[in-house]
Amino acid sequence: MAELLQIMVAVVAVGSLYALIALGYTMVYGILKFINFAHSDVFVLGAWVSLVLSVMIISALKLAPGSSPPLWIAPLVLIAAMVVCGLVGFAIERLAYKPLRKAPRLNVLITAIGVSLLLQNVGQLTGFAVAKDDDGKTIATVPFGPSPKRMPSLLPETAAPDPNLAKPLVLIQPVDVFIFVSAIVLMVGLQYLVFRTKFGAAMRAVSFNTETAALMGIRVDRVISVTFVTGAMLAAAAGFMYALKYPGLNQTAHETWVLLGLKAFVAAVVGGIGNVRGAVLGGFLIAFIEFMGMYCFSKYLDPVLHTNMGTNLRDVYVFAMLIFVLLVRPAGILGSQLKEKV
Amino acid sequence: MSGELQQLVPTMMPSAARALLKGVALPVASALVLGLVMQFVVGPAIGAYPASVALQVGISVMLAVSLNIVNGYTGQFSIGHAGFFAVGAYVGAGISYYAALSGIDPASGQQPSQALSNGAWLVWNDGQNFLFSYGEWRMILASIVGGCVAAGLGYIVGLPSLRLRGDYLAIVTLGFGEITRVLLTQTKPQIFDRDELAATHAKDWVIPPMGGATGFSDIPAYASLMWVWFFVAVMIFFAYRVKQSSTGRALLSIREDEIAARSMGVNITKYKVRAFVLAAGLAGLAGSLYAHTGQVIRPQEAGFQRSFEVIIFVVLGGMGSISGVVLAAIILSILPEALRDLSEYRLIVYALLLILMMIVRPKGLFGVREIWEFWPFTRAKKSEKKVITP
Repeated sequence: MAELLQIMVAVVAVGSLYALIALGYTMVYGILKFINFAHSDVFVLGAWVSLVLSVMIISALKLAPGSSPPLWIAPLVLIAAMVVCGLVGFAIERLAYKPLRKAPRLNVLITAIGVSLLLQNVGQLTGFAVAKDDDGKTIATVPFGPSPKRMPSLLPETAAPDPNLAKPLVLIQPVDVFIFVSAIVLMVGLQYLVFRTKFGAAMRAVSFNTETAALMGIRVDRVISVTFVTGAMLAAAAGFMYALKYPGLNQTAHETWVLLGLKAFVAAVVGGIGNVRGAVLGGFLIAFIEFMGMYCFSKYLDPVLHTNMGTNLRDVYVFAMLIFVLLVRPAGILGSQLKEKV
Repeated sequence: MSGELQQLVPTMMPSAARALLKGVALPVASALVLGLVMQFVVGPAIGAYPASVALQVGISVMLAVSLNIVNGYTGQFSIGHAGFFAVGAYVGAGISYYAALSGIDPASGQQPSQALSNGAWLVWNDGQNFLFSYGEWRMILASIVGGCVAAGLGYIVGLPSLRLRGDYLAIVTLGFGEITRVLLTQTKPQIFDRDELAATHAKDWVIPPMGGATGFSDIPAYASLMWVWFFVAVMIFFAYRVKQSSTGRALLSIREDEIAARSMGVNITKYKVRAFVLAAGLAGLAGSLYAHTGQVIRPQEAGFQRSFEVIIFVVLGGMGSISGVVLAAIILSILPEALRDLSEYRLIVYALLLILMMIVRPKGLFGVREIWEFWPFTRAKKSEKKVITP
């Protein structure tokens, strides 16, 4: 029971991450009807930008050794990363996607793959140092360089439970609380933007029918740009939270990033792509399936390598779930099946 | 009965013989000539490293031609093509490697890398080997089996998922590719010892010993330039004939307008599955040949990066244009090698070229037309062409 509760904590934290990334996928798909494969790279950029910023801020503060960094850094870095990624998202949309507004969707998809490759490989260039530690060793560079780096911890950690006391039922780290709370704030904010404001109405109109929306006087290009920027900012937030939860960051072209982005994309599809609430639902559902699969199969060991079978197959549960959902309900759980007119 | 036959045979034979000559013998002969030229003229002329690049270029061309049947002719968007490639590679490699290791054939003691480098593989008939060395015949058999397994898998994957359209089909195929990749990492470690292999039971092969995440190595490297380019030519010819056939026309009509095609009596599901199975089989064949080029094959072969690579070939070449796709595959596989001097900037340049290309030539290098349709004298006669070229 305690074990299951502990898993639920992880599901909520990781599910929030998936949901935040999935929102970007789903918003862009809803409006432009193409899969933005560069979205997961914006997420990676968010993680790395937050790493560089936190390292810079912490080294500028010159904290006494052993003292934990002040709490205000986390929100500051979060907002800064969101701004940086929002700008990058804007640039990507204007430079790469806008010239292709009338082109077939497949071309836009190839362009998205191109942008993704570009971001990955620019991020991997050996950069110049922006922060050094006490021994004069470089600890942060821009671009981020080919080696993995470690994100400093910005939030206090729960001390290991005292063995003399009764064992706590579940252990909730401040990181998990921070992730969940900020994800909920962002999602509610997005919900408000899309369903309660005039601009949100314009977004929904463009998603429904671009030409008609343009005829009604909606500035389609502006709506598309804002959608991209919003999606990129949410991805940056997810990147920051990911870096907090899993501090060892891989190089930008590492495949773990792409897989993570793919899973978030699966979440968007499972929830019903183009549907904002569906993306959130899908994010939590995918995390649930992934962690429950790992839990259920964790008793089985790989017969030869003696590694945990449950963890080895974690991607399989997600993609099997995807195929199952698409075969049973092709438009996703909350998606609406569009009737095709001849 | 026999009288009928006797009547039929003389009238049939000449045309059948001619068809056989035109349809099989000539293409195979010209493919052999291409293979021999690549092996004995181009290979030695360009040197060892460029020759190894030429091998990989050939594999890329095969993949591009095979995916072109699904993405190009039929307009269905599959991004799990590397899954079939990897399945073919693992099946072919498994057959070749374990057959050689178990010593059930005379080629097992031979060092394939040597055989490849000195060109001694072309033996006529020394009692054991006929025309080509035993290992090469085995490689061809293994490749055909690999292709068939991949095609069967294509049928299993295609039948339910081709109900879906557009992006959803793309996502399912992506999921298939990723599942293949993860399952391949779960295979058992490779067996290197002959006695150990002899001691295995049938139940040890339920999860085959294909090396898991570390990859499958030491596969006999019989896929020389000749074989790769022979199969490239055969595959191009095959794809061209498919395009010209009634099946090809049905596929093209599905691409142009699915609903119109259905109303004209084209069985959409049947033809989509047929295209999918064909493409999967050819990709499996290409995969098996790739496994025999002296590479260590890894589960990552099934990953989406490779699928994307092939999609880029098809889209840049022009959807459905065989010559365009072949040219795009050749150029884009050589490009990263040509940009090697730029070292860490080469993939950045590649990505920029890709983005730029999509903006400048959105329909691909040649659009949906074949290269020769651009020649001035054929352009004048365009109205007479029978093939659907919108």
